[in-house]
Amino acid sequence: MAELVAVIASTHHPFYYRASTATGEDRPPFADEWVSKIESFRATLTAARPDVLVMVGSDHFHQLWLDNMPQFLVGKAPFYDANWYNEEREFGLPKMTLAGQEDLSAHILRQGLDAGFDLAFSNELCIDHSVTCPIITLRPEADLPIVPIYTNIFAPPLPQPKRFIQLGETIRQVIDSWPENLRVAVIGTGHLSLELGGPRQFGEHGPDPEFDRRAVDWIAKGDFDGCLSQVSLDSLHLPGNATHGFMDFMLMMGVAGENVKADYVDTLDLFHTMEAYFTWYPNGSPQLGPTAGTTKTAVPR
Amino acid sequence: MSKYLLNKFLYTVDRDPDLVERYRTDPVGTVEWWEAEMAGKVLNSIDAEKTTWLKFTEAERTALQAHDNVTLFEMGAHPFLTLTLFIALFERDHGPLEYQKAYAQAVSHVTMPYPDIAT
Repeated sequence: MAELVAVIASTHHPFYYRASTATGEDRPPFADEWVSKIESFRATLTAARPDVLVMVGSDHFHQLWLDNMPQFLVGKAPFYDANWYNEEREFGLPKMTLAGQEDLSAHILRQGLDAGFDLAFSNELCIDHSVTCPIITLRPEADLPIVPIYTNIFAPPLPQPKRFIQLGETIRQVIDSWPENLRVAVIGTGHLSLELGGPRQFGEHGPDPEFDRRAVDWIAKGDFDGCLSQVSLDSLHLPGNATHGFMDFMLMMGVAGENVKADYVDTLDLFHTMEAYFTWYPNGSPQLGPTAGTTKTAVPR
Repeated sequence: MSKYLLNKFLYTVDRDPDLVERYRTDPVGTVEWWEAEMAGKVLNSIDAEKTTWLKFTEAERTALQAHDNVTLFEMGAHPFLTLTLFIALFERDHGPLEYQKAYAQAVSHVTMPYPDIAT
């Protein structure tokens, strides 16, 4: 049977690629610390020795559009091309082609449909930076087959926050029931407080550091009740007009499980938005062996 | 009002490098051409398949032709689309993050709740 070896939740910051590769005068002052934190975060995935990556993200009006907008969509294709002209233009992101794991795509679609999620699918999906940013940060070799899963956090009406947690729980169950003897990691990216195109964008910090502090705490503790009691589709407008991307973090909380503490937590306060990185090891820390349980491997602060 | 059509303009221009430059240099002509030729195009189809009823209001057409991102925000155009396209149009004329910060300042009079972006 498949083994879920790591659950990873992260912000996706399209400027990381350019910042981390810039040299000389072009290299921003925060780049070295950012790279250092990313390399530590990357080691948490590497240690889990995954064979397959399930990648949860959200299309930013690249392939999915308002004339035909799915709420939850699973890619099922042998390959996925990546990064669009306007991402290359604005963020300097490279063109990429990632292999797909079609058997797992088919399994997630069939079992997800049977479990009560009417998932849409795509057999020709050009993925965007919500999926490629974590490939760049966490698996820059881009050598593992993926299953992309897109959520709509972008074009209202959106699904309710609790549905994101429930979908995460379902993805966990579906992976656990996959008969292939492969090691699976689930990586999902979203946002903490974020403003795009409004008065609070591109400030010295994220638009709502207090929301960010609470959000990191909910995620790190797997606190479904605390999160769901304070987060609604309406309330997510308050920390910043693009904060609905936090619901992808809620999905990853669902994958990790209720009240399951993250084994690795790190944050980085940047201009415009706070970065946050979380790793759970469902079967114990790979460094400390399968009986390590909830022992923390590293919690840099 | 058609927030959908405003978004469709921003979306189709932003993803096409030739249209980005055309809209930067000739906003009046580009919007006029786009509304006549492209507004009704069913995006996943041949040109002959047309939506017959989509058109801008006068205020929407004027906002697009004036490169008026502030009015687009007030109208509830999707802020990600507006921001991304306008960065493509005008960031090149400014220093690092200067345009993005000025953009925030230009819409700073808008208080929460922001204009509804639902389509």
